Amino acid sequence: MLDPDVLAQTLSVALRSGGDFAEVFAEDRASTNVTFDDGRVEDLVSGHRRGAGVRVVRGESTGYAHTADLSEPGLRQAASAAAAAARGTADDTRVVQLTRARVDPAPVTVPPDTVAKQRKVDLLERADAAARTRGGAVQQVSAAYADGRRRILVANSDGLLVEDEQVRTRLSVSCVAVGDTGRRTGTEAPGRTVGFELFDEVPPEEVATIAADRALRMLDARPAPSGPMPVVLRRGAGGVLFHEACGHGLEADLVDRDASVFRGRIGEQVAAPGVTLVDDGAYPREWGTYAVDDEGTPARRTTLIEDGRLTDYMFDWLRARKEGRASTGNGRRESYQHLPLVRMTNTLLLAGDDDPDAIIADTPNGLYCVALGGGQVDPATGDFVFGVTEAYLIEDGRITAPVRAAQLIGNGPEVLRRIDAIGSDFETWAGTCGKGQRVPVSAGQPTLRVSELTVGGTARA
Amino acid sequence: MPEPLGVARAVAAEAEPGEAIEAYVLRTRETDVAVLRGDVESLTVAEQAGVGIRVLRDGRQGYAWAGALDPALLDDALAEARDNARFAAPDPWLGLPTPDEAAAPPARLDLWRDDLASVATNAKVDLTLALEAATASADPRVRGVESADYHDAAIEAAVASSLGVEAATRRTACSCSATALASAGDETRTGFGFSVGRSVDELDVDAAARDAATRATRLLGAVQPRTQRLPVVLDPIVTASLLAVIGAALNGEAVLKGRSMFAGRDGEQVAAPVVTLVDDPTDPRARGATTHDAEGVPTRRTPLLDGGTLTGFLQNVYTGRRSGAGTTGAAVRDLASPPGVGARALALTPGDHTPDAIVASLPAALYVQTVSGLHSGTSPVSGDFSVGAVGLMVRDGAFAEPVREVTVASTLQRMLLDVVEVGADLTWLPGSAAGATLLIDEMQVSGS
Repeated sequence: MLDPDVLAQTLSVALRSGGDFAEVFAEDRASTNVTFDDGRVEDLVSGHRRGAGVRVVRGESTGYAHTADLSEPGLRQAASAAAAAARGTADDTRVVQLTRARVDPAPVTVPPDTVAKQRKVDLLERADAAARTRGGAVQQVSAAYADGRRRILVANSDGLLVEDEQVRTRLSVSCVAVGDTGRRTGTEAPGRTVGFELFDEVPPEEVATIAADRALRMLDARPAPSGPMPVVLRRGAGGVLFHEACGHGLEADLVDRDASVFRGRIGEQVAAPGVTLVDDGAYPREWGTYAVDDEGTPARRTTLIEDGRLTDYMFDWLRARKEGRASTGNGRRESYQHLPLVRMTNTLLLAGDDDPDAIIADTPNGLYCVALGGGQVDPATGDFVFGVTEAYLIEDGRITAPVRAAQLIGNGPEVLRRIDAIGSDFETWAGTCGKGQRVPVSAGQPTLRVSELTVGGTARA
Repeated sequence: MPEPLGVARAVAAEAEPGEAIEAYVLRTRETDVAVLRGDVESLTVAEQAGVGIRVLRDGRQGYAWAGALDPALLDDALAEARDNARFAAPDPWLGLPTPDEAAAPPARLDLWRDDLASVATNAKVDLTLALEAATASADPRVRGVESADYHDAAIEAAVASSLGVEAATRRTACSCSATALASAGDETRTGFGFSVGRSVDELDVDAAARDAATRATRLLGAVQPRTQRLPVVLDPIVTASLLAVIGAALNGEAVLKGRSMFAGRDGEQVAAPVVTLVDDPTDPRARGATTHDAEGVPTRRTPLLDGGTLTGFLQNVYTGRRSGAGTTGAAVRDLASPPGVGARALALTPGDHTPDAIVASLPAALYVQTVSGLHSGTSPVSGDFSVGAVGLMVRDGAFAEPVREVTVASTLQRMLLDVVEVGADLTWLPGSAAGATLLIDEMQVSGS
């Protein structure tokens, strides 16, 4: 993407004010988004962004400057600005020698930029038609196709030079069903770090059917009950809860600033026996997957909780340096306009031995959650709240009536301790994590039961 | 870097016979400071620019954007926008604003402060360090400061079209915010405080520090209350977030797409008589104030709820033409998509009583300091409302014990009709809405 000699010179300029470490992060991202609504293509949008950010670290302080000008003078100017922002006073001259590291980007069979725009439009027409066959109550169908090709380059004063290419493809379908009880929305949005071959595995008809049926089932939903009760999370549905309510507290930057309930607890039993939580940026093809992170560190699997015991945190370069250890490959940024932060990739609570059907049969009364919406957590306390978008009552060990407008409210560490059944199944979910910056992530989990969780519904007390 | 309006004009001038072109150019200069434990954690300086291009031909619209203004990227974006128009469905209502639609006289607003750029970066760093120190020392129970940040931006935008509509806007904005960590025993609570302005000297560091400390310390000892029905008092920040959700349902695009609980209800009483709501981007106190919207149409004051009656919706050119209501100058956009519709400056007409007087009038209530899960738990389509909350119980007209792990639930329709009182404390906040203390009659409060 950029000439190694220019990069080496840029790094020398960046180090001039006495920085301990300098880095150039360059990015070139092209995307296609098609939105389909009300039976027609609403918009087809092409986007292209490119630029570079220069980071200078001096002691505990970081100076950063970014530019959309990738010419030699543009990079030099950004490097000078970053050096000034690092607020050093020295006048150093250091020469950086770069060595290119070998990287195997995640394999892509059909690069989306080689696929005709009409084929992307066709997918959405297929999804629309399939959703409408589910019944006349499905009155609105909107669908969106998105692909992105992101090339990144990292060069730093330790001599690292590395490039990666990340291709992601996603389809989302959202349906509104209308009935006597009002309007209900159902959404399904699979995404993976793959090319157009995504649709060989996930046909648009299948995605549309899931979204439409979800909306239709919720038409019969009654207001959810309130109060503490056992909650069974269907496979794939609850991963986001563990991402939000546990994962964030295991990010080393939050631990470092004393804003995590998991600070200082390595080696302790923080979850029920049998609970193993990993973050795995190398998990093939998932939405949060990459070959190297946005600091050039290879992605890997990090075991965070093993059989209920806290084993490690996630690190980026800066936080790892402070601890005198290696980064776990979790340094990510939304774009070149952002400093790296410790971020999750694919956060997975691994499968256990219990039969998922038996977990429900063994629950006299409770709530069965099939899809969660967004949520929010305060990592300093672990307190969280999650919207439930598809859920059913469990009565006498059987799944019965659908319920709506429920929130799950609780505390991350408490939920981890209250997991009392872990299924042998497993599924992942693709989403966007917003910790000041938005990055693609996935979360996965087997069907599992939390012995008690507070449900906030709208049924009158 | 070239002037935004010049770049936009040059792109619009490329229009060929039979097509119309609009370019929207954005240029931003920003400074971000984060401090931690008395030292600069990071200091970011940046200048960025980009363009979004709309092409209309035969009733079809194509769009492309580029995150830089170099000529090669501009040429590519124009070519892509032209190509993309071939795939879009023709729609008779689509189009760029005509000079007539953009003819209203724009508000005279002074939203730019030259001194934002002239204040030395070191002074911004010192301000952030002072914020962190003030937060840490505001109360002995504050054991740490999770974050203390400063942000400023000078934002220039320009629109030019081949139909002859042109507009250039510029504004400055700065803010500082802190999150305090308060502790008692094993328990930790967080509290957020901030201050916003158009220039550095408008920021009130002490107020931000005090708010962060108070909002964290007053939650110490929080318990989960029992499930019950109670009147609810919303903090101004919570009211502003609630207005943002209601604003999404007063959006002409949501109405056309059947995604608004207010669709087809114009002229009906949808809220209590104390509820009068306007969107007024011509109010210079609003963070979202601007003279022109994202299509170059002058902004204006738009009444939405008048004494509880639904009086109108926000519209851009497309939704205004299709609904017959006409644009209200409410087009919004980020570079990555064509213009949508959005509120910029929602505000309730304030009532007569201070927040203290409202609380003093209540035998029992829940005061909601912060809500979570607002986006997942509320729906501008169905009106479902169920959020997590932390706050304080009110007993005999005074704050009592703090509470946590609470959910508050109702429907937006019911809540609007159940508004008992709007506080006198109208407060302009970051985002698209002003806050005020709001008293709502009984809601479902779920705890243990």
